Amino acid sequence: MSLTELSIAEARAGLDRKSFSAVELAQAHLDAIAALNPRLNAFILPTPERALADARAADDRIARGAARPLEGIPLGIKDLFCTRGVRSTAGSRILGNFVPPYESTVTANLFRDGAVMLGKTNLDEFAMGSSNMTSAYGGVENPWQRKGDAATRLVPGGSSGGSAAAVAARLCLGATATDTGGSIRQPAAFCGIAGIKPTYGRCSRWGIVAFASSLDQAGPMARSVRDNAILLGSMAGFDPKDSTSAERPVPDFAAACDQPMKGLRIGVPKEYRVPGMSAEIEALWQQGMAWLREQGAEIREISLPHTKYALPTYYIVAPAEASSNLARYDGVRYGLRVIEPGDSLDEMYERTRGEGFGAEVRRRILIGTYVLSAGYYDAYYLKAQKVRALIARDFERAFADVDAILTPTAPSAAFGMGEKMDDPVTMYLNDVFTVTANLAGLPGLSVPAGLSAEGLPLGLQVVGRAFDEETVFAVGAAIERAAGFTARPVLRAGG
Amino acid sequence: MSEAKPYRVSGDTGEWEVVIGLEVHAQVISNAKLFSGAATAFGAEPNTQVSFVDAAFPGMLPVINRECVAQAVRTGLGLNAEINLVSVFDRKNYFYADLPAGYQISQYSRPVVGKGTILLDMPDGTTREVGITRLHLEQDAGKSLHDQHPAKSLIDLNRAGVALMEIVSEPDMRSPEEAGAYLRKLRTILRYLGTCDGNMEEGSMRCDVNVSVRKPGEGFRTRCEVKNVNSVRFVMQAIEVEALRQVRVWEEGGAVEQETRLYDANKGQTRSMRSKEHAHDYRYFPDPDLLPLVLDPAWVEELKRGLPELPDARKARYMRDFGLSAYDAGVLVLEQETAAYYEAVAKGRDAKLAANWVMGDLFAALNKTGRSIENSPVSAGNLGRLLDLMADNTISGRIAKQVFETMIEAGTDPDPAAIVEAEGLRQVTDTGAIEAAVDAVMAKNADKVAEYRSGKDKLFGFFVGQVMKAMAGKGNPALVNDVLKKKLS
Repeated sequence: MSLTELSIAEARAGLDRKSFSAVELAQAHLDAIAALNPRLNAFILPTPERALADARAADDRIARGAARPLEGIPLGIKDLFCTRGVRSTAGSRILGNFVPPYESTVTANLFRDGAVMLGKTNLDEFAMGSSNMTSAYGGVENPWQRKGDAATRLVPGGSSGGSAAAVAARLCLGATATDTGGSIRQPAAFCGIAGIKPTYGRCSRWGIVAFASSLDQAGPMARSVRDNAILLGSMAGFDPKDSTSAERPVPDFAAACDQPMKGLRIGVPKEYRVPGMSAEIEALWQQGMAWLREQGAEIREISLPHTKYALPTYYIVAPAEASSNLARYDGVRYGLRVIEPGDSLDEMYERTRGEGFGAEVRRRILIGTYVLSAGYYDAYYLKAQKVRALIARDFERAFADVDAILTPTAPSAAFGMGEKMDDPVTMYLNDVFTVTANLAGLPGLSVPAGLSAEGLPLGLQVVGRAFDEETVFAVGAAIERAAGFTARPVLRAGG
Repeated sequence: MSEAKPYRVSGDTGEWEVVIGLEVHAQVISNAKLFSGAATAFGAEPNTQVSFVDAAFPGMLPVINRECVAQAVRTGLGLNAEINLVSVFDRKNYFYADLPAGYQISQYSRPVVGKGTILLDMPDGTTREVGITRLHLEQDAGKSLHDQHPAKSLIDLNRAGVALMEIVSEPDMRSPEEAGAYLRKLRTILRYLGTCDGNMEEGSMRCDVNVSVRKPGEGFRTRCEVKNVNSVRFVMQAIEVEALRQVRVWEEGGAVEQETRLYDANKGQTRSMRSKEHAHDYRYFPDPDLLPLVLDPAWVEELKRGLPELPDARKARYMRDFGLSAYDAGVLVLEQETAAYYEAVAKGRDAKLAANWVMGDLFAALNKTGRSIENSPVSAGNLGRLLDLMADNTISGRIAKQVFETMIEAGTDPDPAAIVEAEGLRQVTDTGAIEAAVDAVMAKNADKVAEYRSGKDKLFGFFVGQVMKAMAGKGNPALVNDVLKKKLS
């Protein structure tokens, strides 16, 4: 089998058996990047020298019998994670020259466990988007194509579009990603891979460029549920440098993938049958219920009555926090500075931020500034926080009766690059099923479950109780087993 | 309440009352900043005490420094204030070059300390209570240096992120003197607690003054905030000139506008600081990077038990145990070092006499030599020994003053007993020697003796003086008196 087709568990086993070296494994992926990235644009910055150096170090450790859990596993790192000595742009022009002198906790954890960095993956600017089209470094092409339509290039979803496309196209075995409103799960669904947004607080946010602090959470993307579990096991853990990080032990997520469905109660929220949802997504959802029922789970209809307010709530809370989080990009200390002779400080701010930020980021800063303004705070921000609490309460009540919740991941399959670009609200609707987990801080996993009539992947989402990723992985793995999703994208290494 | 005549500003339409509230920013004494591990020492090279958190690098997160919280709680307890077991950190958003994150982490709606009180010691010995509205923790900003380069402004972030306590008073003060007394008392309390060094010159204690005027008996009128007045004296001056300005505005038929003003000490006037176009909307909201600050009541109790004796308690003790007047006790407790010095002198001695010596001779000597009490040329131990020499009649009070002068001049903190011995100042208590001196003086001044005996009592002082002179000042004054009285009668 080609080295780029391996799962992480298979690659680890092969490395330990010395069937191939970490350098060979890295080189296979670097070759794939060299071949496909010019078209896909999944990586903003491939780091081949770093990858080979990491791989050589891994081979040394393997030779010494000192291999660590991810020894030699080549990964893509979303360019929202600060990586020491490696340019980290957040997909923005304003950080186009920014080389962090520190390593984010999550990537440090992965490298501590032996992972190899292939490069920095593309994303929507500051993780704001559902298409990867807002990146200052160009859009990412989804490696999947509609049946018989090679001409229409599709988006990979966003904001973790580069990570999703890279994993799907076999440019890496796994990738890091972040999810503020669906930025792991929606692109995972669009690209036919799995991705989990863990419970808020499970992974440290330290060293990750902030979008919306109370919603941001790092997570992995990989081609199988088990590979996600393996990666999350390394990424997660308490970090005293992040005050919102949870001081809890990290369970054996991989072992949880084998838990049986018998006796589990799976909730299906009636409010998620939204108007305009396609029939094939409805059918896929029914299929998911059937698969779990067949494996012994009990399906229960539940109610999450405040679901309809989730999207507007999200689009108040997230921009509000973003407007404040992004104030630091002012041209004073690092990053882009645009100044003309004789400019005042205010003029320097205006030029720097006007040229440094793209349209979507500017839009969200404006929205966020507006909803926090004197006279509007109570009507928008405060009210949104109240609704957010109600949404969290909906889930709490539901989880008294069920162990996990099953929903579609996105209301549609991947769309064309350039589609849905005219009206931001249409774009925002992509997040309709995913934002609730962010607002409530709950873990959510997207699993590839089938193909649309057009031959594009569709995902199902499993949402669990806070800090119960184990049940989420178990249910996701059960769907994965039943779905037997083996379809591969057109654009892929060796394809 | 003070019985003194209330402070009034006279205008063309009559007398006006001044209403004052103070906002004090007190820099917390701590090794590290409020949300980062960077050091806080004053006077370091620019930008050498800056962490990536302080410089707001991407992805950096604040982590609360528990010691700064402990200092705020200690201060709250020292101000007899409510300690809020749950408080919240908010972001105050505004752009400025020395504010790296574009927001200051502060506490807006839920401060760590609530209502308290502070007792002012007025110069006439009376006290006056002023309410504390709240105390909250917040980050300091960096410094913009506009005079270092012809075309550029430079930024020093050493101060960025240092913990400040903003202590807000109620609008309870009515005169510049009360405002001055408030600042002095607050500074004393902070220094006793060790939570702020109270150094206004170095900027570790900064003051914004809210001033309004009204006709006595009226409700409040519009106030103005006078910013960053950096000494007690300037605060008092700023209140005076701002009150006068407002009186003129009202009396000319205008209306005082609520605004921020800057005190110009050189010109002796306040001027408007911000135009309306730049009116700030700080867009406060809870900082999502920080959880609410939750305090364990047992921890607060522990901090309470660890508090030192505070100035009010110490003052009451001095009045009760030492019989000092309110004024004397108030002066002695103002600085901890003075109080410690005083207590060392007073211990086991005449406490009132000790107070007189410390506040009289010692303070005068310190003033003259320009030294602080910590570097006093005479230690408390040797001042005490000097008092002992008086108490056991080794020397008289007059000689004691002379010995003290010698001690100050020596500057080496000499033992007063050694000076007395070396200079032969031991007072004469030998009745025989005194009688001999008296006899000699009477013989030499027979005419005066006759005048005295014929009723000119006033001459007694003359005889005392002559005898003392004859004995080089060393005669025991009481014995000299006794012998003179006996022999003259």
